Amino acid sequence: MIANYGYKDGSGDYFIAIDTDRCDGCRGCVEACPVNVLEVVDEDPNDPFREEPIVIVVSDKRKKIKYECGPCKPPTNRPPLPCVEACPQGAISHSW
Amino acid sequence: MIIAGIDCGAKNTKTVILKEGSIIGKGTTLTGFDQVSAIKGSLDAALKDAGIHARDVDNISGTGAGMEEIKDADLKVNEIKAMAKAANYLFPSARTVTDVGAEMGRAAKIDENGKAVDFAINEKCAAGAGAFIEAMARALEVKLEEMGPMAIQSNKSIPMNAQCAIFAESEVVGLIHGKIPKVDISKAIHDAMASRVVSMIRRIGVNEDIVMIGGCGLNPGFVDSLKNQLEIDKVYIPDDPAFGAALGAAVVLKEEA
Amino acid sequence: MSEEDKPEYWRWTESNWRNPDIRWEDAKIVTAGIDVGSVSSQAVVMTDGQVYAYSNMRTGSDSPESAMNALNFGLEGTDMPESRIDYCIGTGYGRVNVPMADRTITEIACHARGAHFIYGPGVRTVLDVGGQDCKAIRCDEKGKVVNFLMNDKCAAGTGRGMEVFADLLSVPITDVGQRSFQVEDEPEPVSSTCVVYAKTEATGLLRKGWGVNEVLAAYCSAMSERIFSLIDRIGIEKEFAITGGLAKNRGVVDRLMKEIGLAPMKTDWDTQIAGAVGAALFGYVLVQKGKGRKG
Ligand code: SF4
Ligand code: SF4
Repeated sequence: MIANYGYKDGSGDYFIAIDTDRCDGCRGCVEACPVNVLEVVDEDPNDPFREEPIVIVVSDKRKKIKYECGPCKPPTNRPPLPCVEACPQGAISHSW
Repeated sequence: MIIAGIDCGAKNTKTVILKEGSIIGKGTTLTGFDQVSAIKGSLDAALKDAGIHARDVDNISGTGAGMEEIKDADLKVNEIKAMAKAANYLFPSARTVTDVGAEMGRAAKIDENGKAVDFAINEKCAAGAGAFIEAMARALEVKLEEMGPMAIQSNKSIPMNAQCAIFAESEVVGLIHGKIPKVDISKAIHDAMASRVVSMIRRIGVNEDIVMIGGCGLNPGFVDSLKNQLEIDKVYIPDDPAFGAALGAAVVLKEEA
Repeated sequence: MSEEDKPEYWRWTESNWRNPDIRWEDAKIVTAGIDVGSVSSQAVVMTDGQVYAYSNMRTGSDSPESAMNALNFGLEGTDMPESRIDYCIGTGYGRVNVPMADRTITEIACHARGAHFIYGPGVRTVLDVGGQDCKAIRCDEKGKVVNFLMNDKCAAGTGRGMEVFADLLSVPITDVGQRSFQVEDEPEPVSSTCVVYAKTEATGLLRKGWGVNEVLAAYCSAMSERIFSLIDRIGIEKEFAITGGLAKNRGVVDRLMKEIGLAPMKTDWDTQIAGAVGAALFGYVLVQKGKGRKG
């Protein structure tokens, strides 16, 4: 499943997409993220039959994800995103 | 040389008259739905303020959301360039400038010559612009000018969950029903709005001195929240922050002339 | 105008229903799903995976109370005691406040499941536009979620955005759809997405001499464009189903379906119970798997 966490508003689309078939809950991204946007939970809240841990975007950060991730995304010379780089499975992508 | 810098913004149109590099007049009008007459109105007001006639003006430069409507403009200046030059003209030590107006917020990192080296923009969502505070003032049934002075009377920090101006209105109504004092609600509103501007500034880096222009510079509640969240003691704000972009446009033309 | 005196938008009547062909006394497993949304709450009671009874009510200011009211209203006249329910699942925006829930599951999973039940296994894309959010879900032939997104940050593209416009133009929300088609030519959509700025834009259009119906048409098509771009992110596959309050606004739905190029699926069920149906179904499966309270 592709879980898109985030939002679209007048200014654009801001979604972090997690490929739950790839994520194995290793926590690499959680530790890489400087502002605790991501967390690993024991059960997928969107899939009651999945029993392995999975990463999600912390719920109270979803509505301000554009701002939360701001420091990782300087307007020019953007380095690779820590969370994306830290994921050995390539399970995380950002829409902006 | 006499230059008129006109900033046709979403809410107000502002004009600054620059003579040999010094400001000699200013004028402003509501933009409303007729940008062309707003442009004329603000220019006329500025000419009158300066005590000169339209024929005395050598060049006109324009900026702002409605700059395409400034038909007499000899130069159209991009908003980032205008704000960077304005900051440098007003405070040469400025390294960061932020412009927060009715319908947009911008921030730029500038060098010692007033050149923008990096910038970030918040637009098209009222949650990150002055329109947010305006909408909340309506929900609180308080005059817009009173919002800021109310906010600085509070030392509470109540978090607001809604990140949208429309949803925040209901949240404010809920807080009123919950008997939360209006001063505290007003502070919460300014904190919420400032946090979005601060995140934008953080994207380009917080480098002092920080200058703020744009209409929100007149709002002490907003400036207070901004300083607290940036964790700095001083934000440099000119006397008439709303004229910042108009001034910047004029300065750019002067330098390029 | 205070929040309470506001006219009721996205109007629907509170209702309950019981399946006359089922005797709950014969059931092996009884499960319930309770969906507490920001505007409405539903309770569905299932006997061995079949819908036995349901209710659909307005959400009050207190979520636990709304959940209880919905369940009681659903069980009204059935003489089934609440204690007969083997497993109860809470879903929706207020799911953590469902006191009798044994477990909570997100509205995303429940909606997909419920749509699969209500529309049948052919459904692949479910769009749900509620009062304060918009969900787009793609699911497989088993009703399992394949791709989803939920937008609850921005009022544009939600029932609330339409409410603001209905208010601005003093048009009852139930008339918006019909009136939006009473125009000679389809106008350009309102260009601002943000509801705050769209309001300003609309005021300008009225001042320019546009009629109210034209402005409504321009907003309905702006809303349909916006919703289209949201679903487009997850990819549209047929068959396509719409649930939630928006389903009742032809002004947006017809324009949206034209853009998508598909006809929406039809059902005899009340589509508002999709989330609660999904929740009750999950309960049924979990009990069968031995995960329920009495399993
Ligand atoms: S981009 Fe940065 S802030 Fe955002 S989730 Fe990734 S690591 Fe965290
Ligand atoms: S409706 Fe709300 S979130 Fe959407 S763009 Fe406007 S202020 Fe922003």
